[in-house]
Amino acid sequence: MDNTLAPPQTRRVVMGIQEPQDFDAPELPTEPLPLNMGPSHPAMHGTVRMVLEVEGEKISSADVQIGYLHRCFEKESEFATWTQVFPYTDRLNYISPMLNNVGYAMAVEKLLGITNQIPERAQYIRVIVGEMSRITDHMTCLGASAMELGAFTVFLYMLKAREWLFELIEEVCGARLTVSYLRIGGCAWDLPEGFAEKLRSILERSKGVLAEVSTLLDRNRIFRDRLDGIGVVTQQDCLQYGITGPVARSTGLAYDVRKDAPYLVYDRFDFDVPVGSVGDNFDRYAVRVEEMKQSMRILEQALQQIQPGPVAVNDPRIILPAKSETYNSIEAMIAHFKIIMDGIHVPPGEVYSYTEAGNGELGFYLVSDGTGRPWKCRVRPPCFAATAILPELLKGLFIADIVPTFGLMNMIGGECDR
Amino acid sequence: MSQNVLERLKAQFTGGELLDTGSQHGDEWARIRRDAWVTVATFLRDDPATKMEMFTDLTVVDRFATEPRFDVVLHLYSVSLKQRVRLYAGVPEEDPTLETLVPVWAGANWFEREAYDLYGVRFKGHPDLRRILMYPEFVGHPLRKDYPKEKRQPLVRRQPGSVD
Repeated sequence: MDNTLAPPQTRRVVMGIQEPQDFDAPELPTEPLPLNMGPSHPAMHGTVRMVLEVEGEKISSADVQIGYLHRCFEKESEFATWTQVFPYTDRLNYISPMLNNVGYAMAVEKLLGITNQIPERAQYIRVIVGEMSRITDHMTCLGASAMELGAFTVFLYMLKAREWLFELIEEVCGARLTVSYLRIGGCAWDLPEGFAEKLRSILERSKGVLAEVSTLLDRNRIFRDRLDGIGVVTQQDCLQYGITGPVARSTGLAYDVRKDAPYLVYDRFDFDVPVGSVGDNFDRYAVRVEEMKQSMRILEQALQQIQPGPVAVNDPRIILPAKSETYNSIEAMIAHFKIIMDGIHVPPGEVYSYTEAGNGELGFYLVSDGTGRPWKCRVRPPCFAATAILPELLKGLFIADIVPTFGLMNMIGGECDR
Repeated sequence: MSQNVLERLKAQFTGGELLDTGSQHGDEWARIRRDAWVTVATFLRDDPATKMEMFTDLTVVDRFATEPRFDVVLHLYSVSLKQRVRLYAGVPEEDPTLETLVPVWAGANWFEREAYDLYGVRFKGHPDLRRILMYPEFVGHPLRKDYPKEKRQPLVRRQPGSVD
């Protein structure tokens, strides 16, 4: 893949009225007015407050205040065993929890030095549940953004498709969002019977939904007017701010961890990394739509390639013994007790492990002091970086532009505020 | 994997700016003298052999009971050369300050605010060093190892002026 920086392309022709000079009337004198947006504003997802200074309808400065969903992820993790951190990771990006599970499990495995020992079936399962989560992530983001622009039908269609995937995830692990399905060293258990057929049927139906949605939105004048040429992020911005994922790819920066540093079995699939050219809101929408289609391609190939086998490493120091053994043999009971009470003993060291989550590079920087609990468990949240550019980006836009710009950044409070 | 970044650093900084380098689990790291923090970071960004254009992550580790107590940890990535590096700068407890990286990467702004908020490391020259995740009235820095996990600081206080 070519990663060289392309020159920034020109803006797409904007169809709506964007500048005051587009009106015939002379510009009316205004004075700066402070305006509070959020945190209890429907478009702010209940988790962000923006203190705006507006001149008429135009934003002259924006102070984006996060932290309303801070749940002390790091502090709690430092007091939990390595395994007990999984439920906390579910709640990071809560519209694609499996991807957080994958990122965290891989980080601890890197620290344990068992990355190469993870059974192949477990790796395929991680890819499958991860890509399913990526689709639910993008569906939620696009559905909610479209709804905020008045396209309520799109929201219902997208959530209908998302619900099919959530129901299948519920069959896998018993929960829709709070999955905690992965374990250090593999998965908690195997996929349920008939999983492949169900997933294939869901993918088929979801493709129909995506086609429906694209006929509703792609050439919709109202939708395009609100997105085209608005909130333009450049490649330089992405590098400066550390923005990754769909937002970076919408600018043409073809950085995808799955391609640039393939992990799990991603190098065995044939898929493309969609990129945009302008980096405006519409590109972010289009890149996400295309990414869902690519995820479906990966899923179809993974279902073809997956073979039966074990789903976790065979190491009693890492994986809990089977329940039947725990109840019937003293050795297994001791092993069970040790892992539950002491935690898995991770050798001292520091590691930075990164995966491609719904919003971009999800990094885990772990510091171990050799005990069963992390000394430090830092998450590098991808949407924190994307939200950080908003104060710059919103300057000069209209108040109405905040809604699509913020929505398509896909700021997820759980991940941004931790 | 990115050993050449460390080689480049060793060749460039011979005046003691580079305190230590190493490699663990495939991650390359370098420990930088505190006063050379911005110089080394700028060099890594601009040098054609390293090209660390992308600011990835900045955080702090509290190595309680060792000297210096805090380590500011910076992760960088080069999109064009696909290499990574991790930098450390030790910051003592008595004087928890470090030069800001905002002029080098604008994205350091929020990450440094978070480091200040949760660990109390102050970044000199930062344009807007406010708390970011905690509320302005919060007292102390919650991710320090000596901040008790169970401590509560309700926003509505029973007695004015009291902390808990």
